[in-house]
Order: sequence, then structure tokens, then C-alpha cells
Amino acid sequence: MNTTAPTAATDNASNASAAAPVRDKRPTSTRFTQVLGVIVLAGFAWLVVFGLLLSPDDSEQRSLVRIMYVHVPSAWLAYLAFVVTGVASAAYLWRRSRNLQWDRLAGASAEVGILFMAITLVTGSLWGRPTWGTYWTWDSRLTTTAFLFVTYIGYLAVRGLGGSHHQRARRSAVMALLAVLEVPLVHFSVRWWRPLHQGQTVEAQKIDGLMLFSLFVGLVAFTLLYVWLVLHRMRVALLDDEVDDRGLDAALAARRAEG
Amino acid sequence: MSVKARSAAAQAWRVARLVAVKDLRVEWRSRVVLNQVLPFAAVVMVMFAFALDNTDLLTRVAPGLVWMATIFSLQVLVQRSFAIETADGALDALQVAGVRPGGVFLGKSLALAAELAVLEVVLLGAAIVLYRTDVPAGRLGLLAATYLAATCGLAFVGTLYGGLAAGAKGRETLLPLLMLPVVAPVLIGATRATEAAFGTNDATTGDGWPWLGLLALFAAVFGTAGTLGFGSLIDE
Repeated sequence: MNTTAPTAATDNASNASAAAPVRDKRPTSTRFTQVLGVIVLAGFAWLVVFGLLLSPDDSEQRSLVRIMYVHVPSAWLAYLAFVVTGVASAAYLWRRSRNLQWDRLAGASAEVGILFMAITLVTGSLWGRPTWGTYWTWDSRLTTTAFLFVTYIGYLAVRGLGGSHHQRARRSAVMALLAVLEVPLVHFSVRWWRPLHQGQTVEAQKIDGLMLFSLFVGLVAFTLLYVWLVLHRMRVALLDDEVDDRGLDAALAARRAEG
Repeated sequence: MSVKARSAAAQAWRVARLVAVKDLRVEWRSRVVLNQVLPFAAVVMVMFAFALDNTDLLTRVAPGLVWMATIFSLQVLVQRSFAIETADGALDALQVAGVRPGGVFLGKSLALAAELAVLEVVLLGAAIVLYRTDVPAGRLGLLAATYLAATCGLAFVGTLYGGLAAGAKGRETLLPLLMLPVVAPVLIGATRATEAAFGTNDATTGDGWPWLGLLALFAAVFGTAGTLGFGSLIDE
């Protein structure tokens, strides 16, 4: 999802700049994101060491518990990403200046959030099969998460509808705010429908110290990865928008040159 | 200030009435809902019976099937509702004329709710005939309240997302993806409340009232959101 987009965008950029007189070869990385990227890699190496080697087996789940070090941080990050999308969308709508950077932040965060939510759902199913004996249960949290996933896929589809940048921004900002309204309603209706659900392990304080620390390492590593991905996606989105604008200008210039 | 706000509300309400009457008049003359959507809904009810192939089971799940058929038909109704707006750029013309989008939203929702209500009565009849559903007379109040709240909620959500999809021409395929997750609470709430009204699975009316509360809350939330946000969605 994130690997193909940057190359496609730079291809378009070079095509457009061939037509337009200005040449522009800005990378999407800066010194800050380069350093951050190295830290993210180090963080994941640390997570592998703690998650796979240092942390103990669970008394009942054995090694299966290790999937938690990916599952829980990605779930938290997905929720954080969707909160950021909501806040950035509100900021775009409320600000008189209508800054498109808020819109790009909302879009980038939603994309990354969907990625993390997909990881959450897949790892959860893989864990559920040997532990609960089934890939899926109609538990309220699982069902809400699945709805959240579909809702933000729809949000991204709305972003792809076309139109001017501000049109896209306004439309998708309203969509994101509607999703903020929708999620609690879905959550409570599903919860009423199926009241039984798994207790939260972290709040219950039953967790081993080294396990908790590994989970913390995972959370830090995933948060940094989130920041890194969002920054890059925002820059790609900015370039994408500029390519759109420039492509239009180039087409107009070509039309005028035809006389 | 309050006088100004009141006159704005009165103006929006006037627009809403005009738009609703216009939509219903278009339907009265074209008969698209009557000739196409109602038969579609009936066929869906028959297809459910084919799929489940068990009369006892059908009676037990009838409330859910009725609402599933309603939600499927809603997709078609919404597309029809906005096809008549985008065909001649009518929605853009209303915008240019400075008509309040909140009023347009309420008007289109009202017309959609009226069409849905007719459809729901037909589906209820189909459930009684095809699925052997009983409607105890003492529980008609709960049933009517459930239908009212659920219909309002569905109409508001339908108009909201229909307006969004109408803004992007040729992307009607997006509508079901956007709308189905949002109406999930209505499906759950309306099904449980209707089970209580039918007495399916020994549900009592007491089981139904909290769900009715959820439906009313849903309608209120999306009614407000639509009135406020519709302008941003359809703006070109």
C-alpha cells in the first residue's frame, strides 16, 4: 500500500516537469525522517529481541502470547490514527485559512490506520484460531473493529473521488466527522447485541513485568513507525497535488501553443 | 438574533416542503419506486425463503429479513432520489440559486422516508404472508414507533451519503460501501425492536423499548449532522 505510491508519484512528477519548464526532484525524506527511520528500524530490532527472545512464555498460551507484542500496539496505533484523522478533519473545517496540510494529514493518517487495523485483524485471527479454536467470534470489540476498518476504506474511496483539492478536502473532512459519529453508535449497538467480551489484560494488572515491558517496546516502535509513515505519505500527497496542478497548467500551455 | 434564526429555520422548512413535494410528484408521475423498487423488495423476500428453505427458521428470523430487504431497497431508492437531481444539474442549480442546503437535505429525507414507509408496509405484509409472522395487536404501538424511528434514521443516512455520491458522477458503486456500515446500528436496533413487537423468540415488549431509544438517537444524530453538513458534501 505504501511502497508503490511514492514511485508512482515521482514518475508522474518527472513526466509533468518534462512538459513544464520547472524541474523539481524533491525526495520525500528529510534529515529528520532519515534519522527517524533508523530509530524505527532499531526499535523493531529491539522489539524482536524482547518479543521473541527475552520475554517469557505464557503459562497457558505458551509462545502464542508473543503475537500480542504486534497485535496490541497495532490496535492502539490504528485507533490513534483514526483519532488524528478526525481531529485533522475538524481542524481543516474550522480554520478560516482552510489549510490543505490538515487534509493531507487526515488522509495519510487514515491510510496508515487502515494498515495497522489490517495487521490487528489478521494477527488477532491467527491468535484466536489456536487459543479460542476459531478465527472470529461475534464479540463486540471484534465487530466494531471490523466496521471501523470498512468505514475508513470507504473514507479513502471518498478521497479518491476527484474534483479540486479543496473539494476533496471538504468532502472527506465531513466524511471523517460522520465516521466519528458512526463509530460510537456502532460500538454501543453491537455491545448491546452481544454483551459478552474478553476482559482487557493490561488494565487487569495480571501481566508479567517483562511481558509488559516488551509490549511497551512494541508500542514505542509502532508509534515511531506511524509518525514516519504519516510524514512520508503527507509529502507524497503534497507532491501528488502539485503534479495535478502542474499537469493542468502544462495542458493549458500546450493548448495555447497550438494556437 | 433569535428572530433572524427563526426566519432562517422557517425558510429552511419551506424549502424542505417544496423539495419533498417535488420529489414525491416526480415519483407519482414516473412510478419508478412503484414499478421497480417494490417488486425488487418483494423478490428479495422470496429469495431469502429460497436461501433458508425452512419455514420455522423463516418465522424466527423474519424481523431481520424484513430490515435487510428494506436496507437493500434503500440503496436503490437513494440512487433514484439523486439520479433525478444530477440528471439536469438540478442540485447545482439549487446551490447557485442560494437555496439552503439544510432545507434541501430535510426535503429529500422527507420524500425518501415517505417512499420507505410505503415499502416497509409492503414488506411487512410479505412477512405476514410468506414467513407466517404474527403481529399481536397489543404491540402495534411499539411496532409503529420502531418503524417511525428506523425510517427517519435510514432516510437521513441515505440522503446524506446519496448527496455525497451524487457529487461524484459515475461513482454510484461507492454508495453501498459507504452506507451499509453506517446503517448497521439501525439493522441491529430495528431487528431487535421488531422481534419484540412480533413476539419472536418469546421477546417481550420490554425488550424492545431500549432499542427504540437507540433508533431515535441514531435518527437525531444523523438528522442534525445532515442538516448542518449537507452543504459541504454537495458543494461543487
